[in-house]
Amino acid sequence: MKKFLMASAAMTLCAGTAFADGHAKEVKLGVMLGFTGPIESLTPMMAAGAELAMAEATASGKLLDGAKVTPVRADSTCVDSGAATAAAEKLIADGINGLMGADCSGVTGAVLANVAIPNGLVMVSPSASSPGLSDVEDNGLFFRTTPSDARQGQVMAAVMKERGIESIALTYTNNDYGKGLADSIKANFEAVGGEVTIVAAHEDGKGDYSAEVAALASAGGDVLVVAGYLDQGGLGIIQGALDTGAFDTFGLPDGMIGDSLPENVGPDLDGSFGQIAGSQNKGADVFYAAATEAGFDGTSSYAAESYDAAALLMLAMQAAGSVDPAEYASKVMDVANAPGEEISAGELAKGLEILAAGGDINYQGATGVELVGPGESAGSFREVEVQSGKIETVKYR
Amino acid sequence: MDFLNALVALANFVLIPGITYGSQLALGALGVTLIYGILRFSNFAHGDTMAFGTMVTILVTWGFQAMGISAGPLPTALLALPFGILATMALVLLTDKAVYGFYRHQKAKPVVLVMVSLGVMFMMNGLVRFIIGPGDQRFADGERFIMKARAFKQMTGLREGLAIKTSQGITVITAIIVVAALFWFLNKTRTGKSMRAYSDNEDLALLSGINPDRVVMYTWLIVAALATIAGTLYGLDKSFKPFTYFQLLLPIFAAAIVGGLGNPLGAIAGGFVIALSEVTVTYAWKKVLNYTMPDGLEPSGLAQLMSTDYKFAVSFTILVIVLLFKPTGIFKGKAV
Repeated sequence: MKKFLMASAAMTLCAGTAFADGHAKEVKLGVMLGFTGPIESLTPMMAAGAELAMAEATASGKLLDGAKVTPVRADSTCVDSGAATAAAEKLIADGINGLMGADCSGVTGAVLANVAIPNGLVMVSPSASSPGLSDVEDNGLFFRTTPSDARQGQVMAAVMKERGIESIALTYTNNDYGKGLADSIKANFEAVGGEVTIVAAHEDGKGDYSAEVAALASAGGDVLVVAGYLDQGGLGIIQGALDTGAFDTFGLPDGMIGDSLPENVGPDLDGSFGQIAGSQNKGADVFYAAATEAGFDGTSSYAAESYDAAALLMLAMQAAGSVDPAEYASKVMDVANAPGEEISAGELAKGLEILAAGGDINYQGATGVELVGPGESAGSFREVEVQSGKIETVKYR
Repeated sequence: MDFLNALVALANFVLIPGITYGSQLALGALGVTLIYGILRFSNFAHGDTMAFGTMVTILVTWGFQAMGISAGPLPTALLALPFGILATMALVLLTDKAVYGFYRHQKAKPVVLVMVSLGVMFMMNGLVRFIIGPGDQRFADGERFIMKARAFKQMTGLREGLAIKTSQGITVITAIIVVAALFWFLNKTRTGKSMRAYSDNEDLALLSGINPDRVVMYTWLIVAALATIAGTLYGLDKSFKPFTYFQLLLPIFAAAIVGGLGNPLGAIAGGFVIALSEVTVTYAWKKVLNYTMPDGLEPSGLAQLMSTDYKFAVSFTILVIVLLFKPTGIFKGKAV
């Protein structure tokens, strides 16, 4: 009897090890997005995008010798830093190996400072675009697959320079996004020799913008750049400026690009121009098709960026051969950039295989990923112009 | 010539928008001040009453547009306005019967009624959003401009344009007519006089045989009409969004208090003071000064007293100053 017990115990031990070997590891990735709050309409598609990449890697069976990737969702709320920090701490307790998130710039900064840095966790945000996050001390742990608004300022300055615009009046919506973007546009436009006659904030959700329009008109300029939202104050400012004949042409950053703007304003908007993040690469179509198959809309804002964020985490783990953030953090930039074989969306298996064999990859993914500087997307932009009531793409930058 | 240019620039960007906005605020403040004077409480539901009236007007306007009825160059909403007023009258009489009446008969303190009106505000808020949704609605049609900036430049040869929107013209004219009618009603008719008597001294009015229920009913009817007209004019000039109307409550109350709560004349003055101060104090005078100052003396900067960020601070600073030195408002109203 005693021998039998010993034998079964030994058997169990062996079986246990064998079992563990077969399924090398489980990789847990946090998916932290604002499932409640101001961008709750976008986050389901973003989460689905990230989980699509995880399912693809798991199905390939090539990640770290057949590891299974499990997503762990958490709510960032987009606006409440306290709630986001608490949710991130719970993820740490759950034992995640990396974090896809957070989404909005404010909570992303809070989670980075309060949770990721103290615990040495790698974060890849798909959508935090505040220029402030470029300079933040992140110990090499923070990356993002969306360009900083500082980049958009450069693009916008270049667009206006090419169009021969010498002076602009600038108004922005009074929040982190608007302020950051306006600062960047001003700095970049002045750097290329342009003149910014006035920088004035406007509040969203007010009906009357005559004071703002009056000040902007008095300052003057070739165009009025409106760094706001197309269904909020931005629309009111444009309407007021057109009605009083203060400005005829408008510069429209990403928050103002949408079909409802020319519909609401009418033919007077023709000739206005702007830019929005977007690129031309084959990965995008592959991703949209895969998303449709998985039952969600891949063209929704930041869904593709979320896919890329999750993919980058897993590829970096594969390159380092470890799920320890301290070891794979330094690999994120390597897998995202040249040299190496280009890997687009839907080719994760191929990328994992090359990395396992010790090769190099240049991950392109669904958005043409190219990380620069402190680990943020270089950012390709689509220059658009309003032509006979429609927003048309002029070229890619 | 330069002087004319300066004048036109000032009119285009400060005077016309300011006077339009002032008229809208004045109409709103008149409603608030009537309730305060006669029913003796601050009606926080006023902004949402305006939203409700405008919503009904918009729905009827859409109906008319679908049927092909239009007012020619004028907005169809003017035809729909009476329907909006009637619906709003029904709504406020209903809330008075169901809610305010109960507390009035209990002789509840004004502060209780204020809190009650806060509750009514949330109910109306929900009702409007439930019916028409929280989004932006546009319902202006007809001719958009009386005078276009570009046409004015060609006509006069001046360098500055002057734009007058149809909605701005209608707003000012309607405001004048409504105010004139209201004052005639309050000063000349028997009902108007009894309302003023009730406002001045409730007990004395009751003793001299004035029926309080009738006074209350007429007050609500007038307030409903004022609110709907103010809301519709505002919506025509800008756009309709329930949240914006809710936020209008602040400048409207500021206008009513600055002018003197309970005093109709004060409400009108307050509306213009608040609207014009928001625009003028934050105006960048660069353009005007460039035209009027002799060569070499033009300002190099914007000549802006303070940034437009502070435009709400301006109206509230005026409010604080008025309350400090004249607690009853510019025109003698009731102490708050």
